[in-house]
Amino acid sequence: MSEEMVTVNMTVNGEAVTKTIPVRTHLVDFIRTELGFTGSHLGCEHGICGACSVRVDGDVVRGCLMLAAQAEGAEVMTIEGITDTGEIADLQDKFVERNALQCGFCTPGMLMTAAELLAQKTEMSREDIREFMSGNYCRCTGYHAIVDAIESINNERLKG
Amino acid sequence: MGFIHPYDRPNSYIGRTLPRSRAKRAVAGRGRYTDDITPPRTLHAAFVRSPYAHAKILNIDVDAAKAAPGVKLVMTGAELAEMCTGPWVGTLTVFENMKAEPQYPMAVDRVCWHGEPVVMIIAETRAQAEDAGELVLIDYEELPVVINKETALDADSPVIHANLGDNKAWENTLGSGDVDKAFEEADHVLEETFYFGRHTAVSLESRIVLSEYDPGTERLTIHTSSQCPHMIETVFAQTLGVPEHNVRIVAPDVGGSFGLKIHTFGDEVAATAAAIKLGRPVKFVADRLESFVSDIHARENRVKAKIGIMNDGTMIAAEIDDLSGVGAYSQYPRTSVFEANQILNITFGPYKHPNYRAKATVVYLNAVPTSQYRAVGHPIGISVGEFMMDWAADVTGLDPFEIRRRNVMEDDSYPRNIGSGIPMKDLSHQACLEKLHGLMEYDKLLAEQAELREKGIYRGIGVAGFIKGTAPSPVGYYGAGGARIAAQDATTVKLEPNGGVIVALGVTDQGQGVDTVMEQIAAAAIGCDMDMVRAISGDTDAIPYGGGTYASRATAIGGEATYQAALDLRREILHMAGILLQTDPENLDIVDGAVVDEGSTDARIPLSEIGRIGHFQLGELPNDYQPVLSHTRRYRLQDSPYIYTNGIHGAYVEVDVDTGWIRHLKHWVVEDCGRIINEQLADEQIRGGCVQGLGGALYEHCIYDEYGQLQNGTMADYVTPMMSEMPDIHVGHVQTPTSESELGAKGAGESGTGAAPGVMMNAVNNAIKPLTDGRVTEQPITPEVVLKALGKI
Amino acid sequence: MKAPKFSYVRADSVDHALELLDKHGEDARILAGGQSLMPTLNMRLSQPEILIDINRLDEMKGISLDGDTVVIGALTRHVEVMNSNIVAEHLPLIAEAMPHVAHVAVRNRGTIGGSIALSDPAAEMPACALALGATLVVQSSSGKREIPAEEFFHGLYETARAENELLVEIRYPSQKKENVSVFLELARRHGDFAIAGICAYGKVSGNTIDDMRLVYFASEDRPVIGENAIAALNGKTWSDDTKEAVTSALENDLDPMANLHGSSAMKMHLQKVLTGRAMDAAVARAGGAS
Repeated sequence: MSEEMVTVNMTVNGEAVTKTIPVRTHLVDFIRTELGFTGSHLGCEHGICGACSVRVDGDVVRGCLMLAAQAEGAEVMTIEGITDTGEIADLQDKFVERNALQCGFCTPGMLMTAAELLAQKTEMSREDIREFMSGNYCRCTGYHAIVDAIESINNERLKG
Repeated sequence: MGFIHPYDRPNSYIGRTLPRSRAKRAVAGRGRYTDDITPPRTLHAAFVRSPYAHAKILNIDVDAAKAAPGVKLVMTGAELAEMCTGPWVGTLTVFENMKAEPQYPMAVDRVCWHGEPVVMIIAETRAQAEDAGELVLIDYEELPVVINKETALDADSPVIHANLGDNKAWENTLGSGDVDKAFEEADHVLEETFYFGRHTAVSLESRIVLSEYDPGTERLTIHTSSQCPHMIETVFAQTLGVPEHNVRIVAPDVGGSFGLKIHTFGDEVAATAAAIKLGRPVKFVADRLESFVSDIHARENRVKAKIGIMNDGTMIAAEIDDLSGVGAYSQYPRTSVFEANQILNITFGPYKHPNYRAKATVVYLNAVPTSQYRAVGHPIGISVGEFMMDWAADVTGLDPFEIRRRNVMEDDSYPRNIGSGIPMKDLSHQACLEKLHGLMEYDKLLAEQAELREKGIYRGIGVAGFIKGTAPSPVGYYGAGGARIAAQDATTVKLEPNGGVIVALGVTDQGQGVDTVMEQIAAAAIGCDMDMVRAISGDTDAIPYGGGTYASRATAIGGEATYQAALDLRREILHMAGILLQTDPENLDIVDGAVVDEGSTDARIPLSEIGRIGHFQLGELPNDYQPVLSHTRRYRLQDSPYIYTNGIHGAYVEVDVDTGWIRHLKHWVVEDCGRIINEQLADEQIRGGCVQGLGGALYEHCIYDEYGQLQNGTMADYVTPMMSEMPDIHVGHVQTPTSESELGAKGAGESGTGAAPGVMMNAVNNAIKPLTDGRVTEQPITPEVVLKALGKI
Repeated sequence: MKAPKFSYVRADSVDHALELLDKHGEDARILAGGQSLMPTLNMRLSQPEILIDINRLDEMKGISLDGDTVVIGALTRHVEVMNSNIVAEHLPLIAEAMPHVAHVAVRNRGTIGGSIALSDPAAEMPACALALGATLVVQSSSGKREIPAEEFFHGLYETARAENELLVEIRYPSQKKENVSVFLELARRHGDFAIAGICAYGKVSGNTIDDMRLVYFASEDRPVIGENAIAALNGKTWSDDTKEAVTSALENDLDPMANLHGSSAMKMHLQKVLTGRAMDAAVARAGGAS
């Protein structure tokens, strides 16, 4: 079988892109290698670890489980994009302050998922936070600091 | 006026919690990991790996693979061996009578573990390399498999490596006193057997090399996610026959390591050989599936333990017999026997028992090779020792805290040796024990536990004390044992023209914050602002030769080198200032980045001026004075083989006695890592380490079938801790500076991992105690294990 | 782990998808949410010739109430099911199950139809469909078929859906207001595949079990109705004796598959425990004392 190619058009981090790629390319490989946005990472490529979490049409998804071709016409946001918009600047600052990351490899995925949680704008317990974030693997922090950071920002946002 | 150590000054950076600069990049997605770097014309490697645990390779047909789209090179193990100076032999002289079979980076005649690399494909893309891999045809003749460590030394067992005669890698016995006599005198003799499953590190960023060779300058450059760039430089230079001074290793951001990335791997050598052969950059990323069958494994041990105790709770004798099941080869260069040796060294380590005997037998298995992985041996030894302590408490009617009080070495009793012969000093078992008791609110927990038991809710309280070897010296293992692995370390501290300070480190940072800790030490020692200090690490072209980060050594050893180098720079700055100000340097100080009169805060010369004059305006200095403004110091331990630390964990769990499920409600750690530089960073290392240890205690297990096939090599099936099941972890510290260095810092990175499994096992057994005489004596503690202990299945 | 080569086509209508299925048969795979298919492709466990992407088929999306029937399009994402007021009110069993289905990111893409068509033995949605007596609507170029859930799940990843058929819709009888439902599962970590699971649905009056259906998943190669357990349960008063009889009878319904997570004996034990707990909860929810 020869390599079937497809031309994809989508908006990534606010910019329209058009690329011709092998159809079997998944979304995160596309983002990393074709577009150079290396902030999204690959940890397992079978949908367990969450390092590949990106936002497609407003929802956080596992980028390794989506073909780039399936994002045709979609709006894709990665950690670079949401950093530029400032959407979670408070959470990012808190992550640094609280040291809610160590090697940083899981961090973009954690932040993309946490962004969706915080967007709910609701009270949440530490257990609620842990449950929502339970699909993102971290091997360095032991998770406690991550829960602290998210809880802290959620409380601040609900107050302010 | 006498010299006041910077850490004793008010508001010192040493002891302050400060954020890390690497963190600011990482949260923005600006981390730069090895796979983020792709030079022009980079090719990609994939491997065909053995589907069998043990087989002869009869024939390899690569014709179709070579013709596949995008393929540039297909290489067999035999072809790769020709490019290497020789096979690896994973022995060290410090392990007498150790036997190891020479190992080639890819299998040549025989495959010895499920997953061993056999053929390498280099192609334009990884996908194409994998496509071509499917076209490689290999004829194997299966050989008998050795996968059970209990029978590996039986007379009728197959022998993996005929040259070695049997499957024994090594055997060792150590101890002191007369255990046999003591057992006869003891009021109670308790015996138990423990089983520990095999683990793998599962760092989120997997292993990776990006290798480039320039034939014109004969320079080899490898970007790789390694903890020990200089060791990689030394080993790869030696293995591939490239002069070491022509090799540059760059460890950029590293996405988790945990000891996995202190080792060298054949597939990485292969990819590098391809780069040399092709003159094009070659990148190899171990994907998650191949990581499970190629990353070093660890922890597979069976330990028989026996203690003799008196009615008053005093332990007078302890004995262990460890059977360690390693892999098909002894991992080069650190060997595969180190974990077993550590078990002998540290089991019952906190205690005073005058009689100790410990034996280890290490056997080869047709499985992934094993070697050091975070906390090496300590999770096993501490689990065994602390279980036996709790049992001793039961038998003598003492509380678990009380029996430990009666047996731990007194805080004022050092220096002294423990039963394994290792010298101990500067420990604080008693202080940590009492601090934990308070932190846990132990009496409240006991009351709550009793109340809930009445209602049929079974909660357990566990404690587990430990010693942990950190920061090894060159005596014994590293260096003296023959491994070209540095146990010393170096830092170069330089003053820049603008008054900034560069700190070039031989130790490395994988996210634990080594860079920041060194910046804090340097800033404190010099007397300047943290903002003006920048650490450089990981690039062997830019740093002094060092050992990297392993065995919790970075702050203890790298920190002391940094401290001394920074003090040297300080002295030179004051000397220069003394010349410029016509003042005795003894009467000068550096505060907030400027030279001042001692006792004053009025800036007389800012460091930026020293920098300017020292680099450009030398006319202002006497002709015969040559400023250096760059100081390198090396440091290695001089007195002890390790800097030992101590601590104690507490755990509170609830066991669902119908299902066997465990809820981990709370976790505490009190530990002593000497002088703390950045408390938040130390705490976070403990927390992360705890959860990693809990993974092994509850979930993780590389499961092999009788054919030596790894059954669960995916992230769905090899179960690691996720956020929902893990507890909040409360950390407290006692600070007893080590007398080994002026800085006084010890290692902290592995203390969470070492004792978390033991405290979990004790907590679970404490929970089920009222219901059964059965005990949990194996890890991972799955629901099945709990239900069996409860007699429910 | 890069996927092997395959051909890819986006279906622009259900008819188009069905044409493609007719043409390619077993060489094709349907790509919906992709949360189960993509891992198998990335791991090269599956090497189809062609992927038929059905994500554009809006006619297969949506949740609506049609009289006493909740109609859910097969392409409805898990997250929509989870957030649906119709489901919360009329299918509380499914609402209770949804938080156990994988994780947020997977629920944002994965579809309820995908889960049911795959029929993983440890999956929640097939078990719920069976417990609620749902009807699975499949369609081929020859037309639609309606298959009762009791006849849909045949074995390991095997359903009544033919190779050239597409699961287009699931029709659930609304849970009766006078009935109760309980969903319980045991997994090592939140979102993992279940090691044991039960869906209980039916009528309880006070402490008397009038008519319950018990469906077990993660034990056999498909969700199963515990017929013997039910026979020992219905018509009885809920008590320790009844619990004993029911869990004993369950041994004739299940012979759980041993796997990495546990032996057959352990899984049988867990299903007994879950049965007791589910019925305790059912009685409590129906207002009776336990």
